[in-house]
Amino acid sequence: MNGGLRRVLAGREAPVAGALLVVLAVTTAVNPRFLSDQGRFDLLVAIAITGLMAVGQTFVLVMRHVDLSVGSVLGLSAFMAGSAVRGDTGGPLVLALLVGVVVGVLAGLVNGALVAFLRLPALVVTLGTLYVFQGVQALLTGGTRINADQLPSSVVGFGVTGFLGVPWLMWVCLLAAALGGVFLRTRRSGRDLYAVGSNPPAAELVGIPVARRTLLAYMVSGACAGGAGVLFLARFGGVDSNAGIGYELPVVAACVVGGVNIFGGSGTVLGALLGAMLLKTMGVSLSALSVPEFWQQAINGLLLLVAITADRVVLLRRERAARVEAARHRREQADAEPAPPAAGAESPGHEGATTTEVVR
Amino acid sequence: MVDAEPLVRVRGAAKAFGGVQALRDASLELFAGEVHALLGENGAGKSTLLKVLAGVHRTDAGEVTIGGGPFEQGSTRRSREQGVAVIYQEPSLFPDLSLAENVFIGRQPVTGRGAVDWARMRQEAAALFGQLGVDLDPDRPARGLSIADQQIVEIAKALSTDARVIVMDEPTAALSASESERLLDVARRLRDGGAAVVFVSHRLDEVFALCDRLTVMRDGATVRTSTVEGTDAGEVVRWMVGRELTDLFPKTETTTGDVVLRVRGLTTDGVFDDVSFDVRAGEIVAFAGLVGSGRSEVVRAVFGIDRYDSGSVEVLGAPLPPADPRAALARGVALVPEDRRQQGLFMPASIARNTAVVVLSRLARRGVVRERAERELAAHWAQRLQLRHGGLDQPVERLSGGNQQKVVLAKWLATDPRLLVVDEPTRGIDVGTKAEVHRLLSEQAGRGLAVLMVSSELPEVLGMADRVLVMREGRLMATLDRDEATQERVMLAATGQASVAGEGSAA
Repeated sequence: MNGGLRRVLAGREAPVAGALLVVLAVTTAVNPRFLSDQGRFDLLVAIAITGLMAVGQTFVLVMRHVDLSVGSVLGLSAFMAGSAVRGDTGGPLVLALLVGVVVGVLAGLVNGALVAFLRLPALVVTLGTLYVFQGVQALLTGGTRINADQLPSSVVGFGVTGFLGVPWLMWVCLLAAALGGVFLRTRRSGRDLYAVGSNPPAAELVGIPVARRTLLAYMVSGACAGGAGVLFLARFGGVDSNAGIGYELPVVAACVVGGVNIFGGSGTVLGALLGAMLLKTMGVSLSALSVPEFWQQAINGLLLLVAITADRVVLLRRERAARVEAARHRREQADAEPAPPAAGAESPGHEGATTTEVVR
Repeated sequence: MVDAEPLVRVRGAAKAFGGVQALRDASLELFAGEVHALLGENGAGKSTLLKVLAGVHRTDAGEVTIGGGPFEQGSTRRSREQGVAVIYQEPSLFPDLSLAENVFIGRQPVTGRGAVDWARMRQEAAALFGQLGVDLDPDRPARGLSIADQQIVEIAKALSTDARVIVMDEPTAALSASESERLLDVARRLRDGGAAVVFVSHRLDEVFALCDRLTVMRDGATVRTSTVEGTDAGEVVRWMVGRELTDLFPKTETTTGDVVLRVRGLTTDGVFDDVSFDVRAGEIVAFAGLVGSGRSEVVRAVFGIDRYDSGSVEVLGAPLPPADPRAALARGVALVPEDRRQQGLFMPASIARNTAVVVLSRLARRGVVRERAERELAAHWAQRLQLRHGGLDQPVERLSGGNQQKVVLAKWLATDPRLLVVDEPTRGIDVGTKAEVHRLLSEQAGRGLAVLMVSSELPEVLGMADRVLVMREGRLMATLDRDEATQERVMLAATGQASVAGEGSAA
């Protein structure tokens, strides 16, 4: 459909997808092995973990909140899931996933309750729980680690195999993105999240259950981070107390690059996923092009700044255009009609009509 | 038009906030199929009464019924469910969502599988806009929509919930003449559809053109309900005021001196356009116009808070650099902002500290502020402005609104300015203190200060100003000298009926 196509091209996702294609093309041209079967597989595995967390983060960001605790939740859930399935017999993969997600949901519940019911600022709450969850993990592990030889082959194999050339880890990420995207686009409660982020007081006024939606968003973010913990366990075949440290900011960056508004109200799961793909692909491709790691970080940071600056400029331009257009429109109307001699002219008593004040 | 039984009946409603009795004995009867005007001066209790219907406030005493049964108070949600919709002067939409979604948020039409039915939602929103006779694209986001169109979206929302009672709180205050006309049409359509419409407005011509009946409130009580037919505007004003307007505005006669401020062709696209005027020493020049006409924006640009696109500002014959408030201050320009709580005062700090804050460097010796000097300065101004206080160490948040305003004025007068710019000098101040603020401004002008004032209170403008600049939609519509400025002329120019304003308009 023509209108649909135009909407896709005008959307915030198209330029990110375009940039992604450019990076892939340039890198492949310079280093043809970049997109070999193995290269592609490794790239997708690297994307899957950040991508999954970005899906959850989108729920929180569109509500004008943020979840900085996702890295710590990942570490905690990876360890709990690993503990649940390690040992001589070895538990099934499903158990690991279940434990990971439940740990994440519980962590999200803590974050959500503090933000929704105590109305504490999300930035501070999740910065606090970032350290708290890290502490809980340290307490539980006592500095020990889980190694690949302690894990059942179902879990380790999950990290290195795939289906249709796409790693299982990426399938998990894609499934979450599809579910999340459909929810945010088509469910009333999903649309509520955008309304709350767009104008919080108005959301209260129209009767949206803001606290419940906030709780929901944090539980989804937690669940995704918990799931990402299991992916982490499978990918690296183990976990130690450093797992997940420093993961939160790249996740937020991926969302923002993908067009999720840090001030809430707009952004899609697809955009966040594309943002994660772009950032990860840039990282891998810069290594493939033998750029020192220091420059990779700097370039990622630059990309983030470019993305938010572009968003801001576009927004300001649109607002200005709308303002000028509205003023012109009003003026045209006002000039076109030489002011009907007061609508009340025919009504009785108009001749004495005085008002005690001009306004308010 | 009038059924036997009113749809809404308020009897003897009372409501106090702290020590202030906002409603004493308010009564209101609304019938299906009428437009009912609710009139009264600022502070008469109209807004409180409306907020009771909206579910924001709960009455302390009195009876409210709807459709013959008791009206459940105190919940905005329950109010809506009982068929009451309130359209505020400045609606709060969701800027990121489409207009269609703004209309239906939380109640979006869904398909059999529970997914939002975007196509149907779009159609239904378009149908509602059509029913209201407006051409709005349901797909566009609400960001950047004019206030008039935002109100239409709110009204569409009210229609979609089958509201029986539609309350419009000063909907036309910020609208142009043609936008107001469109809104009146919409109100008529709602009435013809069988709704009870409450219409609050200060524009009596609109009330007479639109409404069937009117209720006048004063000091928290209903003083009169009457049909519009057979009533004239003079009568209504007397009911509203309840007293003859006395001379609240002592005006000191002054001789005007040199031009202190010269503004030429000041323009910011879409905000104000080609604004030129002078202010001389000893002169009070007032900006009049409707809210949103660009008055505050002009003074902000003059002072350098906002950038402007073109034009020039000169102070005492030398150009003032744009967007540089410090330069303005250094050249003797002081701005007293509209919202003193947010922009004018450090609420928890003492009177002395607040008075001295702009001139701190002058009071300092080797970089250290001497508290004695601070107190001396504050004492001087407190006496001159007749500030009522409980010691200069008292935090300003504990002063009354009028006395807070005096502290703001003291703060700026202490800088010894040549030009004082005041935005809404007496908003939210009781009548007695108002007169004092007026006396004070007048006195300062008498000493050779140039005063540029923005005010929405017409009596204040007419009483104080040597010259009145009337703005509408960002353009200077009329410049009226003191002897040619009348309520009618100013109002006509402000509401875009300049052709009737006659020879007084020179734009």
